[in-house]
Amino acid sequence: MDDSIRFIMEDLSGPLLQGTLASLKLIVCSVPFGLALGFMLASGWVYGNKPVSWLCRTYVALVKGTPLLILLFIIYFCLPSFGLTLSPFFASVLGFIMCNGAYNSEYIRGAILSVRSGQLIAARSLGMSRAQAIISIVMPQAARRALPGCSNEIIYLVKYSSLAYILSYIELTGAGKMIATRSFRFTLVFSIIGLVYLVMVTIASIIFMWLEKKLAVPGFEAKRQ
Amino acid sequence: MQNALIILESLPNIAWGLFTTLGLVITALAVGLAVGLPLGVIQVYWGNSLFSRPIAIYVWFLRGLPSLVLLFLFYYGLFPLLGVDLPPFFVGAAVLGLRSSAYQSQIFRGAILSVDQGQMQAARSLGMSKPCAIENVILPQALRIALPAWSNEYPILLTDSSVCYAIGVMEMLTRASLQVSRTRAPVPLYLATAVIFIIMNYIGMRILRSAERRFHIPGFGGS
Amino acid sequence: MGDVILKVRDIHKRFDSEEVLRGVSFDVQKGDVKVFIGPSGTGKSTLLRCLNRLVEPDSGQIWLGDDEITHAVDIDGVRRRMGMVFQNFYLFDHLTALRNVEIALIKVLKMQKASARELAMSELSRVGMERFAGKYPAELSGGQAQRVSIARSLAMNPEVMLFDEPTSALDPELTGEVLEVMKKLASGGMTMLVVSHEMEFAYSVANEVLFMEGGVVVERGAPREIRNDAASDSPGRFERTRAFLRRIDG
Repeated sequence: MDDSIRFIMEDLSGPLLQGTLASLKLIVCSVPFGLALGFMLASGWVYGNKPVSWLCRTYVALVKGTPLLILLFIIYFCLPSFGLTLSPFFASVLGFIMCNGAYNSEYIRGAILSVRSGQLIAARSLGMSRAQAIISIVMPQAARRALPGCSNEIIYLVKYSSLAYILSYIELTGAGKMIATRSFRFTLVFSIIGLVYLVMVTIASIIFMWLEKKLAVPGFEAKRQ
Repeated sequence: MQNALIILESLPNIAWGLFTTLGLVITALAVGLAVGLPLGVIQVYWGNSLFSRPIAIYVWFLRGLPSLVLLFLFYYGLFPLLGVDLPPFFVGAAVLGLRSSAYQSQIFRGAILSVDQGQMQAARSLGMSKPCAIENVILPQALRIALPAWSNEYPILLTDSSVCYAIGVMEMLTRASLQVSRTRAPVPLYLATAVIFIIMNYIGMRILRSAERRFHIPGFGGS
Repeated sequence: MGDVILKVRDIHKRFDSEEVLRGVSFDVQKGDVKVFIGPSGTGKSTLLRCLNRLVEPDSGQIWLGDDEITHAVDIDGVRRRMGMVFQNFYLFDHLTALRNVEIALIKVLKMQKASARELAMSELSRVGMERFAGKYPAELSGGQAQRVSIARSLAMNPEVMLFDEPTSALDPELTGEVLEVMKKLASGGMTMLVVSHEMEFAYSVANEVLFMEGGVVVERGAPREIRNDAASDSPGRFERTRAFLRRIDG
C-alpha cells in the first residue's frame, strides 16, 4: 500500500500531468473547429443548393460510417503518399475535427429544421437578407437546441482523444501505457488514468450544464437524454 | 493498376477479419442487452433498493472511460490479476459489451419511463403481479420505443470495435495494418477497409430499420 | 339485509400535507349500484383506488365478502375479484382489442390460449366490440376503447366493478354507448361502484347516490329522492348535493 502511494507520487504523477496537458491540448484544439465544421456542414445541408447539400450529406455519411481509428490511419499513413505529411499531433487533431464536425452537424441540422419557418419569413419581411436572417435569427435559436447534442459529442471527443496514442502522440493514455509497461502495474496505472478521464468528462458535463442554463431562454429548454 | 493488384491480393485476408469484427459487434450487442436491460428495469422499478447506487456508479464509470483505457485496464490489468487468461477477442467483446450495457441500460430506462404510468395501474388492477406486468405489458411497449435508439448501438459498436486493434484482436483494421506493413501500400488498403466498414454500417442499419417497421404497431412510437 | 359484498370502514388517506380521504364508510350489497358524485379533488378516485389498493389507505378497514383485504398479502388475488375501469381506458397500447382482453386470462388466471380467446371474444361481443377484435387501441374511438376496457375487466369475472369517471374523457356523443353497456351490466345484477356525474345514468340504475366533499361522504340517498330534491326549491335533506348539481348543470 505504502509502496503504491510512493509509486504514484514519484513515478506516476509527473508523466500523468504531462499526459493530461497533452490530452487537453488535443481537445482544446479540436473543439472549436469541430463546432465550426458542424455549423458549415449543417448549413450546407439545409440551405445549400443541390450539389452542396449532397456533398455535405455524403461527407457526414462517409465519416460516420468509418471508424475514427481508420480515419486517423488514413490521415497519418495515406496523406504522405500525396505529399502531405502531418505530425501525430496534427493528424490526430484533423481526424478529431473531421469526425466531431460530422456528428455535430446532425444535431445542428435537426435544430435548424426545428426553428419554425415563420422566424425566417418574419426576418425577411423586416428587410434582412437570407444570409443575415439565417445568421442572426435562425442560428442563435438552433445553437441553443443543438447544445445538448453537441456537448455529448464533445464529451465523446474527450474520450476518443485517447486514440491519438495509437498514432504515437503521447497523451494521457500513452503516458500511462509507458509507465505501466515499465513497472508492470497495469491495474493501478490504468485505474488512475481512468479516474482522470472520469474527472475530465465530469467537469466537461458540468461546464455544459452551466452553459445550457446560462443560455436558456424560455421555450427553448432542450431536453437532455 | 498496381493498386488494384494489391487490393485484389490483400483484400481476402482483410475481409476475413469481417467475421471477427462482426463477432465482436454481435457479442457486445448481446452482452449489452443481457446486462443493460435488467439494469434499466431495476433502475426504474426498484430505484430505492440497495442496487440503485452501485448501478449508477457502474453506468457512470463505464460511460466515462475511453474504450481504449478500458481495454488496457481489462486486458493487461484486471483479467491477469484475477488469473483469467482470455484471448484478446474475448476481452475485446467483454469490454465493448459491458460498455454498451451501460449505454443500453439508459436507453431502456428512458423507454420504460416514457410508457404511460396508467398501463402499470391497469395491469395491476387486473391482478397481475409487478414482474408479470413488467414482462407482459411494460416491456413489450418499452422495447418498441427503445428500438430506434437501441439500433444506434450497432454503428457505434461497429466503429468502436476497431479499437480492439490496440490489443491485437485480428479484426479488419489489424489485418489491414499487417497487410500495409507487408505491401507498403497504405492508400488502397486503408481506403478499402473504410469502404467495407461503411458498407457494413449501411447493411446493418437497413436490417435494423426493417425490424422497426416489422414490429410497428399503429399509433405507437415514432417511426 | 342481503349479502354484504363490500364493507368499507373509516378510510383515511393523506398525500403529503393534504388529507384526501377523511373517514369514508359504506356497505355494498350484492347487485348494488352506487354512484359517487362531488366536486373534483374530493377523493372519489382515490377512494376507488384504495378499494383495490392501487393506493394504500393510511387507516381504516375494507372487507371483500368475508375477507379483510386492507392488509391482505395476496393483493393480486384481491384485484382479480374487483374489476376497474379507468377514465383514460389504459388499454395496453401494444395489444389488439382481443389480446387486451385475453392477456390477464392467460397470465393471471393461467387459462389455455384457445379458451381464453373464446371467452375474450364473447366478452367483446357483450360490449358490442367483436367486430373490432383485431384493432389496436390507437385505431379505436374513445367510446370503443372504453367498451374494450370494460370487457377486459368483465372477462376476469369480478365480484365488484369499479368505474372511475368512465365517460369523462369522452366526447359527448360517445358517452351514450358506454353508459348503455354499463346499464346492461347493472340490470344483469353486477355490483358496481361508479364515480361519475352522469346523473341520468344515476337516476335510472343506481340504488344510492353518495355526495362527497372534502374527503368525506356529506350526503347520501336514493336517486329518486335526490332528483326530487334537486328539482324543488324548498329546504330539504340534500342541500349541498342540490347546490352542486345546479352548478354542474350550469
